[in-house]
Amino acid sequence: MTRIKDIATAYLPAEGLQALIDTLRQHHDRVLGPRVREQAIRYETISSVADLPRGVKDEHEGGRYRLHQGEEATFFGFVVGPDSLKSIVYPPRLTLWSMKRSGHEGTIEDQDEPVGSTAILGVRPCELAALAVQDKVFLGHGFEDPHYRQRRERLFLVAVECLQPGAHCFCDSMGTGPGVNGGASWDLALTELVGDGRHGFLVRAGSDAGREMMAKLPLEQAGDGLEKARETALAAAAKSMGRTLDTDGLKKTLYDHVDHPHWEKVADRCLACANCTMVCPTCFCSNTMEETALDGSSAARTRVWDSCFNLDFTYIHGGHVRRSVKSRYRQWMTHKLASWQDQFGVIGCVGCGRCITWCPVGIDITREAAVLQGKPTKTSGRTTS
Amino acid sequence: MTIHDLEPILREHPFFNGMSDEHVRILVGCAKNIRCNEGDFFCRFGKKADEFYIIRNGKVNIEIDIPQQGSMTIQTLEDGDIVGWSWLFPPYKWNFDARALQLTRAISLDADCLRNKCELDHDLGYELMKRFSAMMMERLQATRLQLLDFYAGPAGAKG
Amino acid sequence: MIAAKERTKAAAGAADPMRPELYRVQRSRRESSDTFTLELTPPRGYKPTPFQPGQFNMLYMPGVGECAISISGDPADDGVLLHTTRVVGTVTRALNGCKAGSRVGIRGPYGAPWPVAEAEGNDVVFVAGGIGLAPLRPAIFHVLAHRRQYGRIVLLYGARTPEDILFKPMLRKWSSRLDMDVYVTVDRAEAGWRGNVGVVTNLIKRAPFDRLNTTAFICGPEIMMHYTVLEILGRGVNEKGIYVSLERNMKCATGFCGHCQMGPFFVCKDGPVFRYDKVKRWMEIREL
Ligand SMILES: Cc1cc2nc3c(=O)[nH]c(=O)nc-3n(C[C@H](O)[C@H](O)[C@H](O)COP(=O)(O)OP(=O)(O)OC[C@H]3O[C@@H](n4cnc5c(N)ncnc54)[C@H](O)[C@@H]3O)c2cc1C
Ligand code: SF4
Ligand code: SF4
Ligand code: FES
Repeated sequence: MTRIKDIATAYLPAEGLQALIDTLRQHHDRVLGPRVREQAIRYETISSVADLPRGVKDEHEGGRYRLHQGEEATFFGFVVGPDSLKSIVYPPRLTLWSMKRSGHEGTIEDQDEPVGSTAILGVRPCELAALAVQDKVFLGHGFEDPHYRQRRERLFLVAVECLQPGAHCFCDSMGTGPGVNGGASWDLALTELVGDGRHGFLVRAGSDAGREMMAKLPLEQAGDGLEKARETALAAAAKSMGRTLDTDGLKKTLYDHVDHPHWEKVADRCLACANCTMVCPTCFCSNTMEETALDGSSAARTRVWDSCFNLDFTYIHGGHVRRSVKSRYRQWMTHKLASWQDQFGVIGCVGCGRCITWCPVGIDITREAAVLQGKPTKTSGRTTS
Repeated sequence: MTIHDLEPILREHPFFNGMSDEHVRILVGCAKNIRCNEGDFFCRFGKKADEFYIIRNGKVNIEIDIPQQGSMTIQTLEDGDIVGWSWLFPPYKWNFDARALQLTRAISLDADCLRNKCELDHDLGYELMKRFSAMMMERLQATRLQLLDFYAGPAGAKG
Repeated sequence: MIAAKERTKAAAGAADPMRPELYRVQRSRRESSDTFTLELTPPRGYKPTPFQPGQFNMLYMPGVGECAISISGDPADDGVLLHTTRVVGTVTRALNGCKAGSRVGIRGPYGAPWPVAEAEGNDVVFVAGGIGLAPLRPAIFHVLAHRRQYGRIVLLYGARTPEDILFKPMLRKWSSRLDMDVYVTVDRAEAGWRGNVGVVTNLIKRAPFDRLNTTAFICGPEIMMHYTVLEILGRGVNEKGIYVSLERNMKCATGFCGHCQMGPFFVCKDGPVFRYDKVKRWMEIREL
């Protein structure tokens, strides 16, 4: 075993992956990674390589998601499941504070407990991009959300680059993948390489914490050949994206087409089920609910994920602002692709394709955008994963 | 006040803005000065609509008598406003009461006289109709808003 | 040693902007059949952030919920906080039930104010519809307190019926001032009413202001503001001199919940007060 100090790039043979998990477990309160649960790949607690969905492939299409055991022995030969980092840094349900009452008097107590540090293995480039977007929403936009901050600050991110993108993926169009470049800062990045009779990971450090971690791993020197192999694989991956989205002039296209007849067509199919907003790694909308003890002695404020597809979302005394499904679908897509840019200086879509896969009727943001852009569309993407 | 004094008043009135001198002179031929003391009526519901009024100064309430509820004011008219268009259409009867809220000076225009002049000079008729339709549009719009419950309605929901 | 591990000991985050302070109700004053004003004082030891005219707070009723209500008091008076509210639903009904001594959770102030400083040197026209007079009142207090900085001051106020007119004693006081023009109109009235009847937009035609040097502050239901703006533009006032205050569903008031979005804007933080030319395009889109 070679120990290589203070290096930015090295090679971790596949056999060393357990050492990485062990080291993460030593240093963090919990370690999450991809795991098959109820026929989907989810973020779950992991303790050994045996927990990882080794060889599992995922098929993605509009309204379709299937897992099957593939031939290869790769650890990360799939793409993204329904989960994203969103539920880790911004829990779907969180009690913010509570109030105890006695007579007129009352005391308010914070309810959000301090959370431990979390290491996550297998974070995809589009998820890093989504995290950077969420940072702007919760930390860089006037007020700061302390609940997000405390979770966000305690992350140790081990990213994995995507060499086999899915049919629903279009991160290449969005500039967010398939390699790890921009996005939120990460600690380690892995590229899983198989070839020349070897299986292992090119490892890079993106932070001091990542460098310290590398020093503890059974790493080998990474030759130029590996770096080349990575570049070739990433270039091929970028080419094999199932979908594309032309971002040129996108904001103007959406703003100029509020009355486009296509909204009506999509609305005819849209169930307003809100699935797309729930799986989307950047959607941030929430509702805050009142929860009361039966005897009225205490009350609590709980924040839950909400969606612009819900009719009640825009309720004000006397009526709902967005009554039609058309107007709600338009809000969703226009927010993602256009108004997000005005609000946060970035596009709200990172090209992860989740909303396409998890839409029961296969509504496809890339296709609907292409229609508005007046481009010829194909009905479905290629299946490459 | 003589008829000649009425001419500049009509000419400067926004309602007749842009009308030719000749037409204004014809109108003056049908006009007379009137005043109503506080509480007096310019016209009353169901009575023959044989004139209309241009308020010079004062305040006039348009009222409708609702059985069992009494009289409801539906609009207040002021300096420069026009009272009445019932004279334009058969059966030439007033649809409301117009009551002076305070001492109000106005010019009344005789309907028979005007209708005759308009028949003889369709250009004059057109000029008058244009102005009355614009005013009726405006009033209709205001009435619609009143019906909407303008101040209580859904705040954000438009359309 | 890995830094991330150390951080586990850090206390949970900084102050939560979603957490209110419990204010005490001094008194609740009836303004009309469905509208009341709460006078509130902060808890001992808590120093409230001074508010600017047009800003709002989130009011919390334990066991019921929260809603956005504009501050209706005098910005120069920091002793007591005033909120004027119309009863329309669950939270506002509960607020209406408050008596002296009740506790109401308050967080804020939030939002962009009426730009009273920018209006200096101009005639100022306030157009209010219904409860819309409440969010305008702090701005009226301000311009009257700095009377010499402004040209003519005109208030045009429309209410449903004479009984719905808010702040009657104050309106009388303002009407009697020689340096302010107050016009009130109602939608319908019994014959005894000696004031105006008709929608507030009817008043704009005759209101005394200099179209070239006028700032208009408009607050009321969106439909009322829409027609009011048309009339004011018709008088020749520039779009850039017109401000409106918009209402949307608000769950957080801090830019997190997304509910208040209107096109590129978060009404809670970019508004509720907007310069008309900036929101015109979005106000014209149905169901946005
Ligand atoms: C910036 C701003 C300033 C305001 N200032 C004032 C003011 O000064 N005075 C004033 O009187 N009002 C003001 N309002 C309006 C005020 O916030 C609303 O009237 C108030 O929220 C109504 O709350 P409620 O619980 O009484 O009504 P409800 O109608 O019961 O609604 C309360 C909340 O519960 C939810 N809800 C309730 N019923 C339904 C339903 N059927 N469907 C879906 N959702 C429902 C909605 O999400 C809603 O936000 C202001 C609003 C804003 C945005
Ligand atoms: S909009 Fe769809 S493709 Fe874009 S980030 Fe959200 S879920 Fe992914
Ligand atoms: S798309 Fe809808 S749910 Fe997602 S962030 Fe925008 S408004 Fe919220
Ligand atoms: S009220 Fe929540 S974002 Fe504006």
